[in-house]
Amino acid sequence: MIVDFFFVLFAVMAVGGAAAMVLARNPVASLLYLVMSFFALSGIFILLDAHFIAAVNVIVYAGAILVLFLFVIMLLNLGPSKRPDLRGTMYRMLGIAAAGAVFGLLLITLRDGHTTSMAGGMGQATMDAMLQSRGAVGVIAEPMFRSYLVPFEITSLLLLVAIVGAIVLARRRAP
Amino acid sequence: MEAVSGTAFVVATILKTLVFFVLLLLGVALATYMERKVAGFMQDRSGPNRVGPLGILQVMADGLKFILKEEVTPGAAHKKFFVLAPALALFPATVLFGVIPLGSPLPTPWGRVDMIVADVPVGFLYVLAIASLAVYGVVMAGWASNSKYSFLGGLRGSAQMISYEIGLAMSLVPVLMLAGNVRMPVLVSMQQSFGAGPATYGMWFILPLLVAAFFFVVSGLAETNRMPFDLPEAEAEIVGGYHTEYSSMKFGMFFLGEYFHLITTAALITVFFLGGWDIPFWSGDNVRVLADGTVVGEPTWWKTILTLLAFTAKTVLLVAFFMFVRWTIPRFRYDQLMDLGWKVFIPALMAYIMFMAVAIYALDSAGVEVGLAFSAALFGINLLLALFLLFLVDRGRLVKGATAKTRKTPRAAAAAAAGAEGD
Repeated sequence: MIVDFFFVLFAVMAVGGAAAMVLARNPVASLLYLVMSFFALSGIFILLDAHFIAAVNVIVYAGAILVLFLFVIMLLNLGPSKRPDLRGTMYRMLGIAAAGAVFGLLLITLRDGHTTSMAGGMGQATMDAMLQSRGAVGVIAEPMFRSYLVPFEITSLLLLVAIVGAIVLARRRAP
Repeated sequence: MEAVSGTAFVVATILKTLVFFVLLLLGVALATYMERKVAGFMQDRSGPNRVGPLGILQVMADGLKFILKEEVTPGAAHKKFFVLAPALALFPATVLFGVIPLGSPLPTPWGRVDMIVADVPVGFLYVLAIASLAVYGVVMAGWASNSKYSFLGGLRGSAQMISYEIGLAMSLVPVLMLAGNVRMPVLVSMQQSFGAGPATYGMWFILPLLVAAFFFVVSGLAETNRMPFDLPEAEAEIVGGYHTEYSSMKFGMFFLGEYFHLITTAALITVFFLGGWDIPFWSGDNVRVLADGTVVGEPTWWKTILTLLAFTAKTVLLVAFFMFVRWTIPRFRYDQLMDLGWKVFIPALMAYIMFMAVAIYALDSAGVEVGLAFSAALFGINLLLALFLLFLVDRGRLVKGATAKTRKTPRAAAAAAAGAEGD
């Protein structure tokens, strides 16, 4: 019962925050609504027993990336935007198509019922015992650094490529 | 003894939240008084001594004044965010206190009550997550005030807090390497010694992780925006920084937020490096709950009280230390602050993490059991590292004095060269 209550609370906050983020005129307001949305998402992750993802979601997105966005918005002193981002029928059609595709994917996922908690595969008792003995990080780290070490390391390579790319793009116009 | 469950758990949690929050508020109020007294002591004057005995009621007088002063909202401010900012500044430090273990478990007729509001499975990550939100209050205040000084203060604040957050998080990595768990009560029990159950280090982490403790204390100080890291509110340059435009209780909330932050930082240092609620040189107080629910050590009410007092004592001593630092060391220059964060702390901590990982692995491979010998070996290594660090940071200044020789820094050399060209 209490879990249902919190799920509805966080779901309303997440969806409402996301909608308000798109609709807000002021970029800083937009950003704060996004922070709220991420926060609510973290709450939902906790309800799904994904404590680690919840914490990392706040650390990485709300605490780091969005602060960086805020920094950029403040430095550029962006005011409320007067013009719509999507200009012309072509862009509008594309936008609607993309949104429809994402929505369809979500519907398919929901229909197939991939909504069980992380504990679903192994049972709640095992999950609780693991959390109790290793903490949420141990539960994630064990498979990540044993079974999936190579994919994990390759992901870091991807990040390195992104960083190098950013530097190359930033240096292009330098004399 | 089983932990409380069901209705008793709900009641216990609500009671704990209320009691700890009221105690924290009281602590904050007393910290403002203590700050004035420490300032008085450092500057050879009495400090507040008119309101009540020894001036202790000064706290009440200040609170009343905050509430009674006129509240001004600048015409150009973004109203919504202007009001939201003080709340955002106060929120992280308050919420952080919920995961800090404050004492050994208390036995009650309904079961064992752990002296921690929420023992979350992500413990330490929760600390990092909430601490990373502290920047929003400062940035929001600076931006919503819509004045140049506030704005500059907000920018400085966000840059500084982002920079030192990395140092804060990285200096905790060695703690995790030793403890092997992120739950806060486990971090505390790993620093105590027990007769039964999995092996522990039996030594406060400040000894086997001396260098990490040093970096954590400095980064924590920077995160609280206090002297010598109070660039966001440097009054000589940018009036009051991000809270220039705030008045009345809205300013009061920023003011209190600083002390909330100070106490929470001190409490975190206590948990991570000073053994939490452990009473030193005495293993009679040590109680821990193992993963399977068995309790090692007998929880009694007097142990709870003693350990709560021990925790308070450590926290108050650390707060006093931070206050002494504030009234001793002058403010950094802004570029020095950034250089220290990015060019000293992060590379040094990276090297330190690698070094400690190798050291722990080597000790492990050499067959040293986890225990006193293990931590003593790490302490030896850390002492050497700390001396090396001191040598690097000091650069012959402490011994000979800063004026003994004029060092040729690259910048000074460049300036001299530029001057020569100008002639």
